[in-house]
Amino acid sequence: MLNTYTWPEYPYVQSDDQKNGTVKRKPVIVIGAGLIGLSAALDCARLGIPVIILDDNNTVSIGSRAVCYAKRPLEIWDRLGIADKMVEKGISWNVGKVFFKEDLAYEFDLLPEKGHKMPAMINLQQYYCEEFLVDEVMKHSDLIDLRWKHKLISLTQHDDHTSLQVETPDGIFTMECDWMIACDGANSMVRDMVKADFTGQFFQDRFLIADVVMKADFPTERWFWFDPTFHKNQSALLHKQSDDVWRLDFQMGWDADPKEATKPENVIPLIKAMLGNDTEFELEWVSIYQFACRRIDNFRYGRILFAGDAAHQVSPFGARGANTGIQDIDNLTWKLKMVMDGDAPIEFMDSYDEERAFAADDNLLNSTRSTDFITPKSKSSRIFRDAVLELSKKYEFARPLVNSGRLSMPTPYVNSSLNTADEDGFEAGVAPGTNCADAPIIADGAEGWLLNKLSDDFTVLVFGDAPDKSEIKLGNIRAQVITVGAQIEDKAGLLTQRYDAEDGAVYLIRPDHHVAARWRKFDEGKIIAALARATGQK
Amino acid sequence: MSLNLKRNIERPDDFYQELIDMQRDMEEDQVQVMNAKLILILSNHIGDHKTLSEAMSLAKS
Repeated sequence: MLNTYTWPEYPYVQSDDQKNGTVKRKPVIVIGAGLIGLSAALDCARLGIPVIILDDNNTVSIGSRAVCYAKRPLEIWDRLGIADKMVEKGISWNVGKVFFKEDLAYEFDLLPEKGHKMPAMINLQQYYCEEFLVDEVMKHSDLIDLRWKHKLISLTQHDDHTSLQVETPDGIFTMECDWMIACDGANSMVRDMVKADFTGQFFQDRFLIADVVMKADFPTERWFWFDPTFHKNQSALLHKQSDDVWRLDFQMGWDADPKEATKPENVIPLIKAMLGNDTEFELEWVSIYQFACRRIDNFRYGRILFAGDAAHQVSPFGARGANTGIQDIDNLTWKLKMVMDGDAPIEFMDSYDEERAFAADDNLLNSTRSTDFITPKSKSSRIFRDAVLELSKKYEFARPLVNSGRLSMPTPYVNSSLNTADEDGFEAGVAPGTNCADAPIIADGAEGWLLNKLSDDFTVLVFGDAPDKSEIKLGNIRAQVITVGAQIEDKAGLLTQRYDAEDGAVYLIRPDHHVAARWRKFDEGKIIAALARATGQK
Repeated sequence: MSLNLKRNIERPDDFYQELIDMQRDMEEDQVQVMNAKLILILSNHIGDHKTLSEAMSLAKS
């Protein structure tokens, strides 16, 4: 039982579909009302797509689970109108300390770059994020129908739709949808139902997570211990969350008995050893887990699209689970909208798999590397690991080799088939396939941020002479022209700098705020060709 | 190949003796720790990724 948080219980309501026994096909059904499913529904609603979410439970995440949220997902949530709330409730932090045995090895400062609306990283319990998302979903009841206690029990895929059997407290009934977004987590039922492969590496280790409440004046920093004296031959982590809740993480080894390890009489001595005997705390939540690094073989199965943990599972080091899941949604929704509107062929959805599988592989690589450093797999790798840590105490050169988790960064889609390769020289700036850097601007006489000003359609961001067009069109696909110096001003010079635009630049930006193409000069023909490429037109 | 496989070590006999002498009275585990540190220190000095890759492959073959 938590002292700091009361779980909301959302009401089950029998739907008209079930009551009337009629099957009316829905445009989009999302399976799972977790972080990813709720974000998917909100992003669909933002684009005007009506959506139904089915969840087999009726509350938010049990336990704090995902804790760190990085800048890019916060930017995505900002478009959905909830990032300010999360940043306000969350804890910002920049300093991390790494300990080896009894000593501080070194400390680091994330030194976040100035001039971005969103912070580099916040810590917040997953249940708060989900609650904020649910609150926002309720505000969009015209487009989003969130149905609790609706459990998917089977599905049948057809050429142009999927039919579902759904169980509620009132029994089983049938639903149909044009598209399904499966956000039903690491143990995804949908993934099993389409018989997708979900393979990778399992790690023979167990980790114990404990959330404790304490008022002790530990600084708001991330502390990571390798082989500490209080927990020999293992690793441990201390990290602050909201409401004076602290996340503690203990590596337990493969032989640990999950049932025994989570008993308070075994957990509390471990925590006391870490925090010191005099530190007062209350235990809020304990969980033990083992993890795997794996991904689904294809993010798209016909008209079923997989996102979040349903599509990929990583180790927790680096906070790469939820953060990358939100970015799946960012990539998925605008593409789905174009296909649903008939503005792109159905095969365009394969680019969702292309780009997000690429990102998932990058996350898996990073997460596996962290795991190999934290839990060396052989005697010789343990010797190298300890040598790195020993050297890092005295010598700066060894510190970049220390890997207690590489914090989540967006993966640029460098090889994406939607990109148009650079033909003009760019030394820096935002390369095709990369998410747009934010920068402070002035628009309509008020201070603001670039990302808030970019269009929900495509944007042509022009540095230099303003073209005589306010939009470029390819069929129904629109790209809104925004010229720096006309519609927006570069408030601090950072915009020009971040886009390498001293000598003029024209960026074609996708609806998910990733660069599709860029040139030094405005050329409508080239923009249209790049627009066609970025939307799968052939 | 960017790896230098020509003679480059100054006073080779002195260097070799120093290395062997240093490890003469060490336990096997300590030797391994020292070797690991030495590899890391020298790798940082070299820095260039291609050179390091070639050296690792060469050592394994």
